[in-house]
Amino acid sequence: MLEIENLEVSYGSIKALHGVSLKVPQGSIVTLIGANGAGKSTTLRAISGLIKARGGSVKYDGEDVTNLPAHKIVAKGLCHVPEGRMVFANLTVEENLRMGAYLRNDKAGIAEDMEFSFQMFPRLKERIHQAAGTMSGGEQQMLAIARSIMSKPRCLMLDEPSLGIAPMLVRSIFEQIVAINKERGITILLVEQNANLALAISQHGYVLETGKILLADSSEALRKNPQVREAYLGG
Amino acid sequence: MSQFLQQLLNGLFLGSIYALIALGYTMVYGVLRFINFAHGDVFMLGAFTGLYVNKLLAPVLAALPWPVAILIVLVLSMAICAALGILIEWLAYRPLRDKPRLNVLITAIGVSLLIEYTGQLVFGATQRPFPAIIPKVNVGGLGGLTVTMTQVIVAVTAVALMIGLRFIVMKTKMGMAMRALSLNPTASSLMGVNNSVVISFTFGLGSALAAAGGILYASLYPSIEPFMGILPGLKAFVAAVLGGIGNIPGAALGGLIIGVTETLVAGYSDVLGIPSGYRDGVAFVILILILLFKPSGLLGKVEREKV
Repeated sequence: MLEIENLEVSYGSIKALHGVSLKVPQGSIVTLIGANGAGKSTTLRAISGLIKARGGSVKYDGEDVTNLPAHKIVAKGLCHVPEGRMVFANLTVEENLRMGAYLRNDKAGIAEDMEFSFQMFPRLKERIHQAAGTMSGGEQQMLAIARSIMSKPRCLMLDEPSLGIAPMLVRSIFEQIVAINKERGITILLVEQNANLALAISQHGYVLETGKILLADSSEALRKNPQVREAYLGG
Repeated sequence: MSQFLQQLLNGLFLGSIYALIALGYTMVYGVLRFINFAHGDVFMLGAFTGLYVNKLLAPVLAALPWPVAILIVLVLSMAICAALGILIEWLAYRPLRDKPRLNVLITAIGVSLLIEYTGQLVFGATQRPFPAIIPKVNVGGLGGLTVTMTQVIVAVTAVALMIGLRFIVMKTKMGMAMRALSLNPTASSLMGVNNSVVISFTFGLGSALAAAGGILYASLYPSIEPFMGILPGLKAFVAAVLGGIGNIPGAALGGLIIGVTETLVAGYSDVLGIPSGYRDGVAFVILILILLFKPSGLLGKVEREKV
């Protein structure tokens, strides 16, 4: 569904990605793990059109979408939940969800998906009229995920959904990520520092190191790989 | 007492015009985080557009009842200036979108000068009388207060436009996109918002309000010239800062406060011992005070976000 080939990105004269290639098959959860500064977020930002790729290509559904502006990529059903959540702090939970559905005009469908979001994260319903910026980090992450679902994506890219969130909430958020994948058939590309968790719910994994793909294997195999165990899974 | 009320009333009328201009400053700041110093000149262009629209359509307008004629002049001028505002952004500011903010700010000053001197070339440097579209009658008032028809129209139009603006910003999809963009442009583009379109819309909206302000101002003080936008523009900018830059109700409140304070200082100059010529300085004293004591403005929030 998503095919990245030889993606190259530079910040000024500093190369951040040296030809990253990865594949996300339809219906799967694929994870991209790696240390801080390895280029995980950069990869996602280049795919979703937030930054320009210097070289390489991004194919989505067989179509070349390399360097399209971000708003056009969303319109194609490829949605990016950015690092740091980026909820609209002064807008209410409801307005944030409506922003997620910005490109849609089917009122009934939007109402239905909003209901689905509340089933997924009942906490959001309790806070429907609250300004998003006043919620906890975990709640904001739930909102960011729910907001992305509102755009009716076929493929979702999640950037560090566990970052800075209470462990209790992390578990429930990851359960919902699996549910989104299973029940709604949404393909997921998950970027995580918490490699344990990410490899547990994904079918396939890539290990990124200083802008290059170091390893690519099934998640199962990566979990057993001594190199991965030592560097990312705590021995 | 009645003199005080009269001054207060006059100040509110003037302030409502400052408010209309201030809204444009604050909205553009909201989406682009820079002060469009050419905004006061769009206000001037609004007055001249009103003058020419009125001239060109004179035969048609003469046959219509005056409230309809005003509405036509107002709406047409607002539309023309909205287009001009969008053009200014497209030509001058858009190419600098990813450049440091200071570049854009300096460009804005350049655009302002360009409009002023082009205005001098095209409209002439002399004062031009603004046509009395609104009948010069007193509608009287309570307790010896004088209110002219012009003032009534100014107040009604300003209030109607502010209600309209509030509706657009709070209830429409475009308004929500404006708010989202001002909070986080990256996130709004990830929601599928074409930020450039929203920015154009914001410039159009702000310019339309400035144009309305220009026509209303020219109706109160019916003599216009290409540099008329400088002072009201600066005062409206102060109003926007006073209310909390980026905050829409704040800009309206700031405009009213500046208008009232300025009128009161001028009206009570003998009591206060301040020559009435200093009225134009009032706004800037307020600016210094607000920057000293509450830089975020009356309604502005200190930007704080949980990460």
